[in-house]
Amino acid sequence: MIPLLSVQNLCKSYGAIMACDRISFDLYPGQVLGIIGESGSGKSTLLQGIAGQLPLDQGQLLYWDGQGQVLDLRTIRESHRRILMRTEWGFVQQNPRDGLRMDVTAGANIGERLMNVGDRHYGKIRTTAAEWLDQVEIPGDRIDGLPSNFSGGMQQRLQLARVLVTQPRLVLMDEPTGGLDVSVQAKLLDLIRSLVRTLHLSVILVTHDIGVVRLLAHRLMVMQNGQVVEQGLTDQVLDDPHHPYTQQLVSATLTP
Amino acid sequence: MISGFNFAYLDEQTKRSIRRSLLKAVAIPGHQIPFSSREMPMSYGWGTGGIQVTAAVIGQTDVLKVIDQGADDTTNAVNIRRFFQKVCGVETTEQTTAATLIQTRHRIPETPLQAGQIIVYQVPIPEPLRWIESSEVETRKMHALADYGSMYVKLYEDITHYGHIATAYDYPVMVHGRYMMRPSPIPRFDNPKMHLSPALQLFGAGREKRIYAVPPYTSVKSLDFEDHPFAVEKWERICEFCGSTDSFLDEVVVSDQGDRLWICSDTDYCHQRSLSQNLSPQSS
Repeated sequence: MIPLLSVQNLCKSYGAIMACDRISFDLYPGQVLGIIGESGSGKSTLLQGIAGQLPLDQGQLLYWDGQGQVLDLRTIRESHRRILMRTEWGFVQQNPRDGLRMDVTAGANIGERLMNVGDRHYGKIRTTAAEWLDQVEIPGDRIDGLPSNFSGGMQQRLQLARVLVTQPRLVLMDEPTGGLDVSVQAKLLDLIRSLVRTLHLSVILVTHDIGVVRLLAHRLMVMQNGQVVEQGLTDQVLDDPHHPYTQQLVSATLTP
Repeated sequence: MISGFNFAYLDEQTKRSIRRSLLKAVAIPGHQIPFSSREMPMSYGWGTGGIQVTAAVIGQTDVLKVIDQGADDTTNAVNIRRFFQKVCGVETTEQTTAATLIQTRHRIPETPLQAGQIIVYQVPIPEPLRWIESSEVETRKMHALADYGSMYVKLYEDITHYGHIATAYDYPVMVHGRYMMRPSPIPRFDNPKMHLSPALQLFGAGREKRIYAVPPYTSVKSLDFEDHPFAVEKWERICEFCGSTDSFLDEVVVSDQGDRLWICSDTDYCHQRSLSQNLSPQSS
């Protein structure tokens, strides 16, 4: 089976600190890969490195695009990378304020990606935006509302709609449920899970919450001090942790 | 012409450096070229960019016209005209057809410009993408990649809030199908006049230190949506001085009771029309 994304020996250091130390993995279509680890373990650096938001020190990033071509993400042209980011890729930020335009309406937030890829018909953009609001369970009459007047959970769902409107193949999520209360978190996770399944998305999900990966991720990578200390099927890693750090992590989780 | 100054105020080296930027600007229509903007004997916001461009291109045989909001007799126009009379001794005019060089703020003359004429615009903020992106590094990248989709968010918001595109001035345009450009704060009404104009159009922003240009006969297209095409303002009135039905009208409050007068904003156009109809020309 051909992977969607192949990461080989990816390295990134900040001075003497190795934030990502020789990370390698393959992601296959339809797969949800969870990356878990404590703060400062290099999870977010890895995600930003994959998304091209950070210059990498070394390593190889290969992506198989919708036309079946292999792209070397570290050497493709900036224009091509931008098109890719807006069509086949999506990035969901932890803080919706970083992923949304807070001073324009919800409809324009969803429509921006469509306009970025060349849609120039107001009526069609608006119809699509309304459909996506419905998909993420935001009432249709909020289409002309400002995200700054939305609750935290609604903002995060709006960000999802904004990313998913161009039907990406690969979505990178950086702690999508961070900063939300437990019941809102549960609702959002439920939504993400059903969208991943119906849209056949491949996801790389960074989090420090074991409950989130148990619910969403097929495979799991555990990171500590910039290195992958353990990886495998989610249930396998969580139920039978081998590495001392993973054991500590699993036993530190409160079970109600 | 007064002594103690070089012709057209700026020294020759400065003029040459501005002309180099101008040549580059003409070669890449709509692209912003940095230039070494000088201190001028007036404050920013009063046309320092326009004055430097005018000073760099003006010659002894040029005939200069200066307009501000369409009028030849407002403070900004009178002072800039007087400035160039002092430092160049060139002939000045109020007639659009008689001028070879026109410096303008906020309007393009109603009388169509001719081949051989140069129009210089005073620009406060040259960057059209500034409202969506505050980083200069990023806006330059967006220009380089012709990555202009986000600009339509502004139009989308206008239609959502007002039912139509409500941006009335400084309406963004695409030049030669490549670069997005701010036409300076001219009314949307004037945008179509820039399209395929036979005159050379130069833009100078003094504080922001940018020059850009639209060469003669270059396409200038205003942004719009397929289902909300670009349209100019219309008035259901005529000019009360000259009876013009198709010029840009100013609403003037003429008494404490709130009486209003609708007149052409382009004073020279109004004047010429009145003369040709044997009306006594009036001035606002």
